[in-house]
Amino acid sequence: MKIVAVCGVGTGTSALLKITADKALKQIGVTATVTAASLEDAKLQRDAQIFLTTANIADELRNTPTEVIVIDRVMDVAEVAQKLGATLL
Amino acid sequence: MSRLSDAFAPGSMLLGVAVPDWQEAIRAAGTGLVASGRATGVYVETMVASVETHGPYIVIAPGVALAHAAITDQVLSHGFSLARLVHPVDFGDQKVNLVFALAAQVGDSHAELMAEFANWLMLPEQINFLLNAGDEAEVRASFEVASAKIAE
Repeated sequence: MKIVAVCGVGTGTSALLKITADKALKQIGVTATVTAASLEDAKLQRDAQIFLTTANIADELRNTPTEVIVIDRVMDVAEVAQKLGATLL
Repeated sequence: MSRLSDAFAPGSMLLGVAVPDWQEAIRAAGTGLVASGRATGVYVETMVASVETHGPYIVIAPGVALAHAAITDQVLSHGFSLARLVHPVDFGDQKVNLVFALAAQVGDSHAELMAEFANWLMLPEQINFLLNAGDEAEVRASFEVASAKIAE
């Protein structure tokens, strides 16, 4: 299972989202690799199962085969756990 | 010493800035990076432009934004800075009082620094603490608390 946390530039928001997602996956008992990427890099990652991202750039990922999960607040572990759980469990 | 206390240069926190809008809020946060030689003024404008391009996705928690931009040669060294606003400003439809600015560089330590920042900001009641902290020394003391918690 490969999950990619995506933000506009791949240095700030996506790095935080990766950390939040790691905590959330632990909470729901799912093992997966989470990486952080910029929007441009993420579009090239065709082996990713899930893109975690924010509403502002989600539309730019929707023309890929990867499922897109939109997160409102990238440091909210409960929100990320609930949304990942709804998809993965 | 925690990575955060190194990343926030002395004097990199403005705790009580009055600004009219989110653009000026990002510029206020960026002054800490420029004054400490961590980034150039061009980088600060790039952080503003990034929100204009990608939208206010830099709001990371209620009332908290993390301004940043792509890694460029306008980043001189790794660093964080902070502006606490006297009056909140609108980022999209969200009110923000705390604006962090991040200057990131390529390297293994970046992920570790971001992890430390996230764990620090996720401490219970941390955002309230930051809204009420009296001075920079008080904020800096909380870096060590976060380091100790991560080590547990």
